[in-house]
This record gives sequence, C-alpha cells and structure tokens, in this order.
Amino acid sequence: MKSTIRIVYIVLISLAAAVVAMAIAAIVLGILGASVTQTFKIILTEPLKDIVGITEILVRAIPLTLVSLGIAISFRSGILNIGAEGQIQMGVIAGAAVAIALPNMPKFLLVPLALLAGTIGGALWSFVPGYLRAVLGVNEILSTVMMNYIAVQFYGFLLRGPMIDPAELQVGSGTPQSVRLPRSAWIDRIIPGTRLHWGIAIALVLALVVYILLWRTTWGFRMRAAGASPKSARYAGINVERCLLMAMVLAGAFAGLAGAVEVTGVHRRAIEGISSNYGFSGVVVALFGGLHPAGIIPSAVFFGLLLVGADMTQRMISIPANMVLVLQGAVILSIISAKMLINDPYLYDRFARRFASGFFGPRRPKTPKEGGA
Amino acid sequence: MNFFMFVNNVLSIGIPFSVALLLAALGEMFNQRAGVFNLGCEGIMSMGAFIGFLPAYYLQETALAPYANMIGIMGAAGIGVLLGILYALVTVTFKAPQGIAGIGLQMLGWGIAGTLFRFFIGGVTGVPGLPNRPIPLLSKIPFLGPIIFSMNGLAYFAFLFVPFSYYLLFKTPWGLKVRAVGTYPRAADTMGIPVSKTRYQALALGGLLAGLAGAYLSLGQAKMFADDIVAGRGFIAVALVYFGQWNPLGILGGALLFSIAQSLQLAIQVLGINFPYEFAVMLPYVLVIVVLAITRGSAIKGPTELGKAYDREKRI
Repeated sequence: MKSTIRIVYIVLISLAAAVVAMAIAAIVLGILGASVTQTFKIILTEPLKDIVGITEILVRAIPLTLVSLGIAISFRSGILNIGAEGQIQMGVIAGAAVAIALPNMPKFLLVPLALLAGTIGGALWSFVPGYLRAVLGVNEILSTVMMNYIAVQFYGFLLRGPMIDPAELQVGSGTPQSVRLPRSAWIDRIIPGTRLHWGIAIALVLALVVYILLWRTTWGFRMRAAGASPKSARYAGINVERCLLMAMVLAGAFAGLAGAVEVTGVHRRAIEGISSNYGFSGVVVALFGGLHPAGIIPSAVFFGLLLVGADMTQRMISIPANMVLVLQGAVILSIISAKMLINDPYLYDRFARRFASGFFGPRRPKTPKEGGA
Repeated sequence: MNFFMFVNNVLSIGIPFSVALLLAALGEMFNQRAGVFNLGCEGIMSMGAFIGFLPAYYLQETALAPYANMIGIMGAAGIGVLLGILYALVTVTFKAPQGIAGIGLQMLGWGIAGTLFRFFIGGVTGVPGLPNRPIPLLSKIPFLGPIIFSMNGLAYFAFLFVPFSYYLLFKTPWGLKVRAVGTYPRAADTMGIPVSKTRYQALALGGLLAGLAGAYLSLGQAKMFADDIVAGRGFIAVALVYFGQWNPLGILGGALLFSIAQSLQLAIQVLGINFPYEFAVMLPYVLVIVVLAITRGSAIKGPTELGKAYDREKRI
C-alpha cells in the first residue's frame, strides 16, 4: 500500500507540473488571441499525418538525442553544460572543413573522418570552460553561455570570410555559406524523398554506449559520484576535477558530433543558423528524459514533434515558432520544481497520511507526530 | 581626429552603454546577496525590453503619447517583479536547483518576448525613445557636462541608484537581513528573520531592476526592439557582480569599464583599422570569461550560501 500511495503522489505532482507548463503556454496563446486547443492540436497531430512529417520529427530527434546524451553526462557529473549551441557550430565547422579538404577520399573513410573531426571540434570548444571550472572554479554556466556567443561570431566570420562558397562571391548574392560538401562525405538517406538519414543509427548506438559508460564502468561511476556528492567522492579518492573536465569534454564531443552529423546528413553545407537552438532544446530534452539514455530517446522524439509542429503552426495559423521556446522554458521550470516536490520527504509524509486517513478509514484527530515518520 | 575628441567620443558612447548593465547587475547583486543565483536575468531583460517598447509603439499617434515611455517603464518594472517572484517560487519555495532554473527562466522570457513581438509587430520598428534631459547649469560644464549631465531620466536613475543601493544594503535593517539570509540563513532563521520572505523580496527587487534594464535597452539605447536585443547582457551582468565583489561601487566600476572597452572597440573600428568585425563583437564575451577567471580567487567576499536553497527541516 505504501508504494501505491507513492505512485499516486508522483503521478499527481507530474500531472500538476504538466498542467502548469501547458497553462503558461496557454496564457501566451491567449494573449495572441489564438485558440489554445487548435494550436496544441496542430502541434501534436499535424506532423504525424504523412511520412514526410514523421521523418522530419526523426531528423530533428537525431541531433537532439546526441546533444542531450552529452548534456546528461555533464549534468550527472555535476557540471552544467549550456554551451552545446556553440559546440554544435564548432562540430559543423570542423566536420565540413575536413570533408571539403579531402574530396577524393573514399566514402567509408571520409564520413567517419568528418564525424571524428566534428567530435574533436566540439570537445575542444568545451575544453575551455571545462578547464576553467575544474582548475580555476569559474562558473561553467556563465562561461559556456559566453562561449556560445563567441562561437556564433566565429562561425559567422568563417562563413563570410575564409570558408565562403567562391561561387557566392562571383555570381551569387554573397549568402554566408560554405561550398557543398563532396558526395563522398554525405551520410546516406534512409527513405528516398525524405531527409531521414543513417545518423539515427549513430544516435541509437551512442545512447547504449552512454548507458554502459555511466552505469557499467568505473569511470562512469566516478563521474556520477563526483556529481552526486563532490565531497564524499573526493574523500573516496576520486579526482573530482578530472571527472568534471572529462564530463565537459565528453558533452562537447557529443554536441560536436551532432553538428557534424547535421551538416553531413541534412544540409550538406555549412549554413547560418544550422544549430537551430538544438543546444538549448537539448537541455530540456535531457531533463525531460530524466538524464537517462532510455528516457532521452523518447523525449527527443517528443521534442522533435514539438519543433516540427511549431513550424506548422507558424505556416498554418501564423503563431510564431518562438512559441517552442516558451514551452521549453515552462517545461524546465515545472520539471525541476516537480522533481524537488517529489523528493520532499515532509510533503510526501503529509500527503501519505492524509491520503491514508481519507481513503482507508475515518479521519483521526490530528496528532503532532505519529511514530516513525 | 585629435586625442581629445577621441576620448570624448569613447566616453559619450560608453557611459550610456553602461546603464543597462549597471541596473541589471545591481539587481543581480541583491539576488546574490540574499543567496539566490539568478541566471534568468537575461530573460527578464528581454521581457522588460519588450513591455517597455510596447506603449511607445502603440501610443505614438494618440493623446497618451507623452506618457507612453512612463507607462512602458512602469510595465517593464512590473513584469520584472512578476518574473522575479516566479523565479522565487521555483527556487525558494520549491528549492529547485538555481543554475538550471535560471536557464529555464531565460528561455521563457526570451520566448515570450519573441513570440509576442513577431505576432504583434513583426519587423524592426523604431520608437522615439527616451529624450535626453540636460540638467541646467551642470550640462554646461565643458567636456564632462554634455557626457554626464545630458542623459535620459532612466540613466540618471541608474547612477543615483548606486549610492542608494549601497545605503540599502549596508545601512538599513533590510539590507542586513538580505546579507544575513545569504550568508548564514540558519542563524538568520533562528533570530526570527523570515528567510524565504527576505529572499522573495530581494528577487522581486532584482527582477524590477532587470526589467528596467531591459526597458533602457529598447527605449533609451536602441530605440527599437528586436528578439535578440539583450544579446547576453543579462549574463554579463551576472559576471559583473562577481567582478564588483557584490558591492555597488565595484559593480559601477565594472559596468563602466566594460562598456567603455566596448565603445573603445567601436571607436577603433571607425578609425578604419582593418579588423574583422566579428572579432570586435566577440570582445565583451571573451572579456567576461577573462574577468571570471581573474576574480574567482577573491570569492571569500561573496555570500557563502550563494546558490543553495535553505531547508529549515534539514539536519546538519
């Protein structure tokens, strides 16, 4: 019976959190004068109506999964990586540069090489805040956010300068984008006529790898220990600083890989705005998925649905796609609040007692404390 | 261009630049002194900028036009208080981890401002903005007069708020309470100081100032609104609090240094020194990281309970 109450308690709080997040979005929609039910209906059902919509959801779920796997590693290890946005862009740059530089290499070598380059690019970009946090104690949220702004400018500089498509300069409009990647660097599409590519397999395999790393290896255990309780971890002889640095570099590597997969699988040239806020959405996806690979995959698909759906509301009933940000912000705030309430032993105790007396017997007079507690 | 004019240019651009940073950082200082780390400052500024801009945009042609800026500033302050209280609910009452809650608030504020802006206004549109109000006599002082004594009302308010917040924080009972709940909440609680209430108050004040900072960006500085108008200034403000060692005067110095460095970079670009502008735009963000790396050693002066929710029931 104890566990029934516990489950009811968790379900009630989770429901309340979902209702609050929806309510915040509904208020904004109300201000816009849009129909709340119609908007949610379009977001949640319209993308599922044809094969293109469904594959587009998965196309967005691929980078979301990769990014949030990295974020889950970093959050579990007690270092908050908000810099995925910049790390993705560095991954795009590194991956695209390698692919463009080696057009004659055979496909089975070039694709892995481009992805590896992207991974390294992202890892290097996150090394800076990771090192500053581990060695100098610099707040990693601030430094990763700053690295995002720096990355945007650096990316723009490369696309407008050294990496710009020469054709754009001669005949085009000067759009800041790189040349098309050589065919030998493309990740193949799975279903012709859609953009779904084999990157999805990479994402699924890596989800398993992250699970094994975090829960089945000593390194993973150390990193989680460093995150759960740095003091006890240090007392147990774990080098907490090294764990923090490693977690941050891994998080950057995953984001960089997501960028490289995105450029070789979807766009096939480096364009402006390629990261499309996946770095921030990844934080929400990771939290929504409980910072666990098994939760992250469905959560990435769900947020892929929201992203595609929000594009559709923009086209169909002209609700700006920024609405997704509102929803994501509301989801973050309600998830972390709900998590705290679920883990609050005193609140649970009060709930359990009231629940028990309300359903399983007559109301007893209030006593200050009933044994055990 | 002679040296004198160059300095004049740098200061006359740089000093007004510092106002938004100053207001937001003073607000963040009160938050952090009370022990709450608010990274949502950026989101509150976005909302403040949008709400501040709105009346100026809609009331341009009406009889209310002279009051539009005032209404906008009031609105921005109001929305700031509201979001500050929302943040307090999440981090003080529910005791949620503050770093991630701040990012949530940032997304929320940024998202709402962007959505409403795109739906109702669509494109970048200018507004008259806050007029400069030269102070009689003082603005006639050569060199400094036109720079310091002919700014808009909100800028004067920001600079006057520096000594006031020093007084508030160090010379009033409320300031003592704020510092107590940020340094030793258990002792404060034992002495009968309401920890949660004081933190709520500090967050509401911080939100108010962040909202004003946003309104200054759209009404005083850019005289228009765009989605990304805040461009990381909320986060820079948080870094300035570290740089200023949780002291209003230090924060004033940091805000001035920061924005003068930025206007120096603009002035150098104008001089025609060839330099990719992207690197110039990067400069303040790089500077933040450098500042954070330098000032971490002296964190002793900071509130010791920064970032920790206070749980009365928890056994030590």
